[in-house]
Amino acid sequence: MLSTNFAGIELKNPTVLASGILGANAELLIRIANAGAGAVTMKSIGPSERNGHNNPTVIAWEHGLLNAVGLPSAGCKKMEEEWKLLEKSPVSIIASIYGANVPEFEEVARAVAEKKPAMIEANISCPNSEKHGQLFGTSAEASAEVISAVKKEIGKIPLIAKLTPQALNIGEIAKACEEAGADAICAINTVQGMLINIEAHKPILHFKKGGISGSAIKPVAVKCIWDIYEAVKIPILGMGGVSSGRDAIELMQAGATAIGIGSGVYYHGPKVFKKVCNEIREWMQKNNYKNVKELVGIAHD
Amino acid sequence: MTDLPRMACIKKIMQETPSIKTFYLDMQMNAKPGQFAMAWLPGIDEKPFTLTAVGKEIAITVQEKGKFTKALFALHEGNSIGIRGPYGNGFDYKGVKKACIVAGGCGAAPVLLLAQELKKKKIKLKIILGARTGKECLFKKQLAKTGDLYITTDDGSEGEKGFTTTALENFLQKEKFDCVFACGPEQMLSKVFALCEKFKVECQLNLERFMKCSFGICGQCAINGFLVCKDGPVFSGEQLRKMPEFGNFARLKSTKKVSLQEYAQWRQ
Repeated sequence: MLSTNFAGIELKNPTVLASGILGANAELLIRIANAGAGAVTMKSIGPSERNGHNNPTVIAWEHGLLNAVGLPSAGCKKMEEEWKLLEKSPVSIIASIYGANVPEFEEVARAVAEKKPAMIEANISCPNSEKHGQLFGTSAEASAEVISAVKKEIGKIPLIAKLTPQALNIGEIAKACEEAGADAICAINTVQGMLINIEAHKPILHFKKGGISGSAIKPVAVKCIWDIYEAVKIPILGMGGVSSGRDAIELMQAGATAIGIGSGVYYHGPKVFKKVCNEIREWMQKNNYKNVKELVGIAHD
Repeated sequence: MTDLPRMACIKKIMQETPSIKTFYLDMQMNAKPGQFAMAWLPGIDEKPFTLTAVGKEIAITVQEKGKFTKALFALHEGNSIGIRGPYGNGFDYKGVKKACIVAGGCGAAPVLLLAQELKKKKIKLKIILGARTGKECLFKKQLAKTGDLYITTDDGSEGEKGFTTTALENFLQKEKFDCVFACGPEQMLSKVFALCEKFKVECQLNLERFMKCSFGICGQCAINGFLVCKDGPVFSGEQLRKMPEFGNFARLKSTKKVSLQEYAQWRQ
């Protein structure tokens, strides 16, 4: 009932651990896989060792999370042990990668592709670094340039382009990525935001600004997925504020084939994957759906 | 559900040892012994500290070490810092009738509330407190009120010259404890764990790793598949057996896994 196919990869259910949540360590990824996720995404991997920002890096307010972890990474060449442990993963591994420019993306893509993850996700949309991410994802031209360069390096491994809702027209960016060779689209990355502690007269995050996730951004995600679904034929890994089966179904009806969960882990712990799957199943039974694939895009005319 | 720092006024600062101070803060918080809070210095950083007083006001006990603690030590009564928490699991002393606490260096901080709680519950308690010198023995007076206190120092300036673990081994040879609770440098904890395994005694060890979110989603503080911030910071013998990284490896701020020695050097 819940099994699906995402860009050629079989998933036992459509839930996927979003990048940046618990994903720096192979054993934590496997823990989430065992907790019921259909696939897990590693924390974005960069070309060299990078510390990220000082704390506070992640905070939670009434309607979601705000983070600026800042892309910490051991570097793509120093992860042998993690890759070895990941061979034991019971579900598919999606490797997220980042770079500050096209040659860096190429370098990381080359190193990561050698480890044969099920899919590679190019993070062209991180809001938490001046040099990385969003810079690419807000321009169709720059996005296409990264995607076609990465695609050349990774051969047959399916490539996912992770997009930012900060783009003026996310459908156009998705279309440019599809034409450049992307096999799937992941949307959305976090939305830029800031919170200030009024007694301290200071932004709370050390990086000052950060990315909003959680229930606050669900309507943004639904709209972006809607626009992307109208613009491209490749499948969408939808994410943004999912912590229930109803949230997941809403994103699917907008056009998502698979559903990413990140902040949901904060609200419900690793058991969120089983919870969402159970709730999807119940809803489908009640509404006479046999296969989760039937839900994809049905809100469109 | 929110996890935001709230500003708390420093009501009192106590010099505990030449390098350790306790900051009493005007903030109400209920927490279990062994739980911790995140302390925020706006514009500088935010770090985890065990709570050494809870209830109507809270306290954190801090050793001056790096940039953050130097900035904290420069503050005065009346200044404010940000606090969020409590976090972590804390110690579990259900069913314990006779216990031994082993504390090395500033590891005395996380066990202070535990010792006081065990005393309240009339649990028989032996405490081994270790430090470099007599002057560096943290919470000596407070711990002495909770049970039978045994001191070891590196230089022999107070108590027995030697290690806490030598004292622990001597006790374990002669006595039975329901549980050994310990906090201190990981080398020491590793030895405590080995001794508890050898003598088949339950243990609960309070571990430390570099932390970011503190509520179980970033993965920075992982030891194998365990999260120090959420599954810990207190781990049982059963969990420690599934942690080959314990006593051997830890992660830098970049998440790169390194030897415990390299990690300790970086934390200095």
